[in-house]
Amino acid sequence: MTDADLLYGDVEEELRASVRRLLAQRVSTSAVAAAYDEPADFSALWQGLARDLGVAALLIPEELGGAGATAREAAVVAEEIGRTVAPVPFLTSSVIATVALLESGDHETLAALAGGEATAALALGLGAAAPPVSATVKATPTGLSGHVANVADAGTATVLVVPAEGADGIELHTVSVPGPGTTVTPVPSLDMTRPVSDVVFDDAPSRRVDRGDPRGAIGEALRAGAVILASEQFGVASWCFETTLDYVKQRYQFGRAIGSFQAVKHRLADLWVEVGQAGAAARYAADTHARRDPDVAVAAAVAKSYCGTVAVHAAEECVQLHGGIGMTWEHPAHLYLKRAKADQLALGTPYEVRGALAALVGLPRT
Amino acid sequence: MTDDEAIATDLTLRVKRLLDDVDLAGVSREDFLGARFDAGLAWVHFPPGSGGLGLPARFQEFVDSRLRAAGAPEHLPGRNGIGRGMAAPTIAAFGTEEQKARLLRPLWTGEHEYCQLFSEPGAGSDLAAVGARAVRDGDTWVVNGQKVWTSSAHTAQRAILVARTDADVPKHRGLTYFVCDMADPGVEVRPLRQITGEAEFNEVFLTDVRIPDADRLGEVGEGWRVATLTLNNERVAIGGGVPREQGMIGKAAQAWRERPESRNPAMHDELMRHWVEAEVARLSAARMRQRLAAGQPGPEGSAMKLTFARLAQAISGFELELLGEDGLRYDDWTARRPESVEYTGRGAGYRYLRAKGNSIEGGTSEILRNVIAERVLGLPAEHRTDKDIPWKDVPR
Ligand SMILES: Cc1cc2nc3c(=O)[nH]c(=O)nc-3n(C[C@H](O)[C@H](O)[C@H](O)COP(=O)(O)OP(=O)(O)OC[C@H]3O[C@@H](n4cnc5c(N)ncnc54)[C@H](O)[C@@H]3O)c2cc1C
Repeated sequence: MTDADLLYGDVEEELRASVRRLLAQRVSTSAVAAAYDEPADFSALWQGLARDLGVAALLIPEELGGAGATAREAAVVAEEIGRTVAPVPFLTSSVIATVALLESGDHETLAALAGGEATAALALGLGAAAPPVSATVKATPTGLSGHVANVADAGTATVLVVPAEGADGIELHTVSVPGPGTTVTPVPSLDMTRPVSDVVFDDAPSRRVDRGDPRGAIGEALRAGAVILASEQFGVASWCFETTLDYVKQRYQFGRAIGSFQAVKHRLADLWVEVGQAGAAARYAADTHARRDPDVAVAAAVAKSYCGTVAVHAAEECVQLHGGIGMTWEHPAHLYLKRAKADQLALGTPYEVRGALAALVGLPRT
Repeated sequence: MTDDEAIATDLTLRVKRLLDDVDLAGVSREDFLGARFDAGLAWVHFPPGSGGLGLPARFQEFVDSRLRAAGAPEHLPGRNGIGRGMAAPTIAAFGTEEQKARLLRPLWTGEHEYCQLFSEPGAGSDLAAVGARAVRDGDTWVVNGQKVWTSSAHTAQRAILVARTDADVPKHRGLTYFVCDMADPGVEVRPLRQITGEAEFNEVFLTDVRIPDADRLGEVGEGWRVATLTLNNERVAIGGGVPREQGMIGKAAQAWRERPESRNPAMHDELMRHWVEAEVARLSAARMRQRLAAGQPGPEGSAMKLTFARLAQAISGFELELLGEDGLRYDDWTARRPESVEYTGRGAGYRYLRAKGNSIEGGTSEILRNVIAERVLGLPAEHRTDKDIPWKDVPR
């Protein structure tokens, strides 16, 4: 617990700078907002991140064609993605699905994921905090059948990683999409930067990839997801805070900057404290994950429950302190509010996560 | 070997030498702490001769943990926090070589406990408005005035004192900072009872108190700058962070574990919410220490204190509710004069009441939000009518 490095190293800062530069060049909040009205294609943006900067390869070991980096670097990428609400499948493909495949022992798909040629999504509802006890999809000799609701980024994935109920319990399969027997239906989503889809399998051909019970692998994937999501939430919160701070310095009412009113100053001071603390919690989670410190389970739960709530608060303050303009479609604040609220529900609400944390630290509910 | 490894090796050796040189079973606390000071292991980031080795502050924990593990005598809990946490860094930063050599060792060993003679009836949040006058008389200063809410004045041998040396200039510019001997016959300490029943703080009346000029810290008129350093350290010292599940949350968690009959689902989530926030505060403190490597805490330290006060109040209130009817009982209302300041000592009712002071002492939470907003975030300053007029002309 004491050896954690809660700061950023030089290499991490360089990675941040290049991700930030690319995002600044290739994505704008107006393009993101347009995706709420018409289906939009952000594949060029993702290709830039995945191919040119190699972010999809970060968590994949070098011997499997990856970069052999850790959650510390992935977390920095997630912070920058959060700051721009970029609609890219980094969390879903390069973290969650990647770790699920890595941990279950399927190494074939990983090389394609590392290079950005393939994109994967774990076919579980985005709200899942823990591996399923039983799967709604059945694995039969003729293929996979069943449906899964609210699968994030399934609409752009080329591979679905599917927990399915086999004869002896849960198995993990991969399914190529588009493909026979698989229908992916994107639904209007609260957060259209990480849209969810309903997925139906009807005798879909698949390849089994686990070597026995894959629930451990799915658990690792969801935990890695929580760790990285916390950093994304920190990024969302940081943008909201900084944008609001700039605004209150330049918006004048009653002949003075609104940031000179103490009611406003104090809210920003409190928010600054919260956002800073979210950064510390997220960094600790990333660091313990990177070092395979057994405290990672506690760290991930603390970060996920805290950062999720801070991001929502920051986005809500951003809307409120911008006044009427904060309520407009034109101002980007709503994109962050939607992302923050959806992120808070992803991988377990803070209530669920705190419930799981309680068991880890010996504070039983009853 | 990296520099850090070389330092760690050297420190390990110094710790070993210190431990070899004393008989841990027989040595007195004060003698051991004195030897530790002389070995440069008191504050490793202080200069040699001042209890340190001139190393980055992050090595302090390395030394502390090794000495703790060896069972070496430590400071009494709740004693002289003002000395070590506030006076010491101020003396190190502003003291002359002679002052550092003379003042720091007894401060460290506990021979001199310190109190803080800053606040006055008319100058609390507005500390720069203090009116206690210090007038020069040759090599000494003669001080007259009244201080209030002075914690531990009844146990302290020394005080850090801010007094007005020039009433004809605006308030921030006419202050000077001193170390005051509490044994001076002009110092009168009267207990001041607080909402907990006890008298942890005091009123202090200063009548013709004589302070040698040699005990002035910083230049005449520079008192505000010196006091700011003290206050920044105070905020870090108060909000400094404790290990996981200690402090207030430790008490609440303990009550939860010991009382299965009191548990209910709504309170469970509240407990976990507090647990998470206490853990996040711990991590933030740890990160701040990593950032501070060697430097002085800036206004950012206010964040720690703000969070600490909020959590202490919320958690101690929660603990009472968790105790239910047992929370109706209070341990002791007698007007004791405690020897130490301990926020989590005594019963739950005491903790709840004492925590109310956490958002007042060392800068109120409102003032800390101003500090963060103005000095960290660069938001416009509060309107100050008294800024550019001589102190003596400010309406009060
Ligand atoms: C337990 C305890 C121990 C203490 N120990 C010591 C000690 O050892 N030594 C010492 O010198 N002092 C000590 N103090 C005093 C403490 O520092 C002061 O009480 C504190 O700074 C507030 O000053 P005040 O009491 O005059 O309140 P005021 O300054 O009168 O404040 C009253 C209220 O007004 C608010 N307020 C004031 N100014 C502003 C502003 N600009 N903007 C917004 N709100 C404002 C405050 O936040 C507060 O809520 C202690 C206090 C307590 C409670």
